[in-house]
Amino acid sequence: MKIDWKSYNPGSFYDELISSPGYARKPARVLARYLGSLNQDELQQRQAAAELVIKTMGISFTVYSEAGNIDREWPFDIIPRIITETQWSTTSKGLEQRLRALNCFIHDIYNDRKILKDKVLPAELIMNSANFRKECVGMKPKYNVWANICGTDLIRDTNGQFYVLEDNLRVPSGVSYMLENRQVTKRVFPELFENYDIQPISDYPSQLFETLAAISPRPGDYPEIVVLTPGIFNSAYFEHSFLAQQMGAELVEGSDLVVKDDDCVYMRTINGLSRVDVIYRRVDDLFIDPEVFNPDSALGVPGLMRAWLKGNVALANAPGAGVADDKIIYTYVPAMIKYYLGEEPLLENVPSYLCCDKQQCQYVLENLDKLVVKPANESGGYGMLMGPQASKKERAEFALKIKADPRNYMAQPLISLSTAPVICNKNVEPRHIDLRPFVLQGKKTYVTPGGLTRVAMTKGSYVVNSSQGGGSKDTWIVSEGGQ
Amino acid sequence: MLSRVAERIYWLGRYLERAENTARLLSVYSTLLLDLPTGSKIGWHTLVEIAGCKKEFDEKYQTTDERSVIRFLLADSKNSAAIMNSLEMARENARTTREIIPAEAWEQINNLYLYARDNVSTGIARGARPELLKEIIAQCQQIAGLFAGAMSHNNGYNFIRIARSLERADMTTRIVDVGSVILLPELAKNTDDDIPEPYENTIWMSVLRSLSADQMYRQHVLDRVNGEDVVIFLLQDEFFPRSVFHCLTKLELCLKALPKSRKVVKTVAHTKALVRDAEVGKLVGSGLLEYIDEMQVDFADIHDSITSAWFLPVAKD
Repeated sequence: MKIDWKSYNPGSFYDELISSPGYARKPARVLARYLGSLNQDELQQRQAAAELVIKTMGISFTVYSEAGNIDREWPFDIIPRIITETQWSTTSKGLEQRLRALNCFIHDIYNDRKILKDKVLPAELIMNSANFRKECVGMKPKYNVWANICGTDLIRDTNGQFYVLEDNLRVPSGVSYMLENRQVTKRVFPELFENYDIQPISDYPSQLFETLAAISPRPGDYPEIVVLTPGIFNSAYFEHSFLAQQMGAELVEGSDLVVKDDDCVYMRTINGLSRVDVIYRRVDDLFIDPEVFNPDSALGVPGLMRAWLKGNVALANAPGAGVADDKIIYTYVPAMIKYYLGEEPLLENVPSYLCCDKQQCQYVLENLDKLVVKPANESGGYGMLMGPQASKKERAEFALKIKADPRNYMAQPLISLSTAPVICNKNVEPRHIDLRPFVLQGKKTYVTPGGLTRVAMTKGSYVVNSSQGGGSKDTWIVSEGGQ
Repeated sequence: MLSRVAERIYWLGRYLERAENTARLLSVYSTLLLDLPTGSKIGWHTLVEIAGCKKEFDEKYQTTDERSVIRFLLADSKNSAAIMNSLEMARENARTTREIIPAEAWEQINNLYLYARDNVSTGIARGARPELLKEIIAQCQQIAGLFAGAMSHNNGYNFIRIARSLERADMTTRIVDVGSVILLPELAKNTDDDIPEPYENTIWMSVLRSLSADQMYRQHVLDRVNGEDVVIFLLQDEFFPRSVFHCLTKLELCLKALPKSRKVVKTVAHTKALVRDAEVGKLVGSGLLEYIDEMQVDFADIHDSITSAWFLPVAKD
């Protein structure tokens, strides 16, 4: 039996490939026809081939469990997601615009605080934010850019319009999987690449290298760039090692680095100590320097903040950048874009209600059964209330939490995620997906063509996190004329 | 190169070599036993002694039959001398130095680990064992080839070669030890008087074969296979890649290419002199055991001085 697209029904959701049973969207027609020409066994073979490639290439992520940390193979669905160049170019510009505004904002907050003086957003929101670092006040990183690397989560509603769900400005991960997904697809479906004009993504490591090199405190010289990882037990260790390898940078752990009396950072090598210029740190703010933050941290480097504040080393992302990576601050991003850039936002936020605003809070409390309520500073889907699915008791309990700490909560209507066909049980079925493109800003800006598509592998589920059973897909930005 | 990375690469080299050597040993031993007279006291327990893990074995197993011993040295990933454990450790060290070693080498090491993990239990049965061990040895050789052909011959590569030379030298002394100190006297006890010639010959041939040295030995030593010449060949030959002297010469060469190596090179020079100057032939029969012990102490010293010259100091709490 072969795939019968007529029995594929995405329902009321926006499906990326199939607009209605039997009808592929224009850019996906060649793909749908090709997949339809394979029988079930062939399809299964391709999926198995992909899984074998992933296994032998050792593309993995770590899952924390009671039985210890398990290194799992990266879950991947072979059917690519297709987005047209036209759709993408606006989105891409919107992402760039957004990061520029966010960086203006972070810089402003740690320096002049004009935006607070002009009352575009209330000052107490910042001062109460868990990610505001008073130690960073007055700092001026190169190009005034604090978040050099950003991962922005996008979703598409029933009309196919992109919305920003959140901006990840601390240590966003996933880019290595985006790159490896393409490698795997090339090995599994080489013939499709002849029929499509797909924008390459392999440039990312060079772009990242350039971005990091540009912020070196010793311009002119060859900068020594390192990737700082919490170590092998971190869930994203594969990525840290991958990026170091791709950039030809050293992958270091906290114990490899030392800050000397001259407030410069050195790494311990077989030749002795060697100066470090730029640290792409994949360790959270609070763990990077036990002298300043968490004193128990064994992941960081004592004195690192001192070296950074003196301008002797560059840190990407800068400590404190997370102040803009907060679900409450998020709601002000459109206002920031107007305030700092004088532009209209090209990408929309998901409509949101802030609980710190009395009126909006009232609305949230009265409509808990229709809303998703999120805490300001959690990630990975923790501490949320999914109103429509929650029981009456859960909603009542959550209402108390909101009343006790309104600053910590915001709410959004349940936005449906778009779907894409996924291979399950030798057939294809629609599953919900999101998209995380990666944006770089230093001397210049760069947006990955596409990004990492994450898939909720369980039917009907919106949970795309790999730690909770999510999968992924290759993402193609294709030119309409090129097929 | 980072000190931590140097250390991991070094251990990667040692574990890969150890896995290969152990596979060779199991392979030769499995055929040797078929040749010995029935009722011989040489048995599977001897193999555990060679590997230097008698105590660990006795704690875990009641009987020293083929099945237990092979399971212990091949598949028991909790046993530090087992092939499976070496491959697991090699993979872990490779996984944490992926940014340094060629991507192909990592894939190959990962593949070898996956292959062994999925097939190692078949090797407990005699029938499938030769094939399994042959495959493990071949894949180890392939990885060594990938390092030689796809990695710059830089500091990282030197650490791999250093580790390999030291591990090899160590294994060769162990095997010589077994031939002369364990196997022959055991056989003597068994037969009450002199060991019948064909068996002595068989044992020395096995010793040579476990180091892939039989052919090269024959080309080099034109006399019939005898204990004295075998020991001289395996300890002192200049050209055979698994002879102790050759390993130490290579080790010295690689060390000299590294920064801050003077102290380590001095330690190696001491061991080299010990190997070169000994009248090994006279030691066969008496004194060889002590002599080999002395060498192994030296190997441990070399390892320690490598550690203090280049690796991260152990964190003091």
